[in-house]
Amino acid sequence: MSVVLADLAYWQETTIRLVVGLIAVLLPAGTLVYLFLFKMMSFMQSRLGPMEAGPYGSLQLLAEVGKFLQKEDIVPQAADRLIFKLAPFVVLISTFLLILVIPAGPDLWFIDVDTGIFLGLAVSSISVIGILMAGWASSSKYSLLGALRATGQLIAYELPMVLAVVGVIIQAGTLNVQEIVMAQATGEIFGFGGIGNPYVITQFVGFLIFLIAVQAELTQPPFDMPVAESELVTGYLTEYSGLRFLMFFIGEFATAAIFSALAATLFLGGWYVPGLEATDNLFNVIGPIILLGKMLLVAFFIFWFRFTYPRFREDQLQQLAWKVLIPLSLVNIVITGVLKVVF
Amino acid sequence: MSEFLRSWLTLVLFGGLAVVLVGTFLGLGSLIRPRKATPEKIINYESGVDPQGDMWSQSNIRYYVFALMFVLFDVEAVFIFPWAARLEIYGVFGLVEMAIFIFILALGLFYAWRKGLLRWV
Repeated sequence: MSVVLADLAYWQETTIRLVVGLIAVLLPAGTLVYLFLFKMMSFMQSRLGPMEAGPYGSLQLLAEVGKFLQKEDIVPQAADRLIFKLAPFVVLISTFLLILVIPAGPDLWFIDVDTGIFLGLAVSSISVIGILMAGWASSSKYSLLGALRATGQLIAYELPMVLAVVGVIIQAGTLNVQEIVMAQATGEIFGFGGIGNPYVITQFVGFLIFLIAVQAELTQPPFDMPVAESELVTGYLTEYSGLRFLMFFIGEFATAAIFSALAATLFLGGWYVPGLEATDNLFNVIGPIILLGKMLLVAFFIFWFRFTYPRFREDQLQQLAWKVLIPLSLVNIVITGVLKVVF
Repeated sequence: MSEFLRSWLTLVLFGGLAVVLVGTFLGLGSLIRPRKATPEKIINYESGVDPQGDMWSQSNIRYYVFALMFVLFDVEAVFIFPWAARLEIYGVFGLVEMAIFIFILALGLFYAWRKGLLRWV
């Protein structure tokens, strides 16, 4: 049990967790949008990006939320109104459940269950249902096509993502995310334990598969067939306007942040940095900052690919998942298993 | 309540938190935003022209095939997880067992591949 929270009742603890959880979803999402989507993208395209609201446009996001609050909410006449309105809730629920599994320090966690990473992968796929609901209920051809493409893509890339994580689990010998971090902190690479064993080194193939799959799960370019602007307007989001659109937008970037944090936790050692004991109380203070730093590093790569590569065609996209990534991740599992048993 | 059940209660509460967040935003918006729904405005968007035909139309059968394959592989993945967490204890026995399992799994994928199900035409 936590040092800080040791003498609090369950409801007090939970209230703190809920508030921290809310911040942990919204703050990294805002950071990613401002830092990467607004600024990095602008600099890569030789422009300045938002400059007016606050110093270097840093308050632009607040201005955007203020703008969206005033937008008229249009529900198409032909739409299935109930499902249309429920869809953003489902997407955001998936995001909020996903953040639960990520620990930010030895005593800083939302839930500490033995099925941790399995739970995370399971709830991350709830958003597929939300997207399909949005596309179907909109009663628009663009939306329906976008939703079907999104579903086809998300389920195709969920498999390599899940199978890539299996390599990490074989090495760590546990499904508990906190123990996976501990196993990386105390691990050794062929007897050398100086930097622990961040699985990005021993599971490099798994890390690459995971990153590619995450990119596709977020429907970010180059995997943005579902929302391809030049052919489908905005895919399943076509009929959404104002605040409901903003909810999907928050969901997308919050999920980007959380998936980056998950990749950092599974492959880069999470809240741990070499040089200190993994159980050191100091990590309860600096852990979240270290995790944020590693998350930004992973997110940087995700957004770098996003701004650099042109879009895949639908058939290329499906073939990459089924013919390259899934066989590769199965081979990765077998090789990791053999090495684990032999050594 | 046990520590275990409390964890899952936290999970339910986090789901509730998402609902509250979206509800708060939308509720706040409904106080501020204008409501002027004209008949033209609430027609489905179809690049500016009037929408034609049935919106809930039939679509490519490919998606159905991929969904079936996904169900197959996802269920298999569920079996791999507990094995992966306990491989150290199972040792060589577990390794051979899973090698056979993954071989059969790969055979299914290879079959679908040769049948041309993975080709998108």
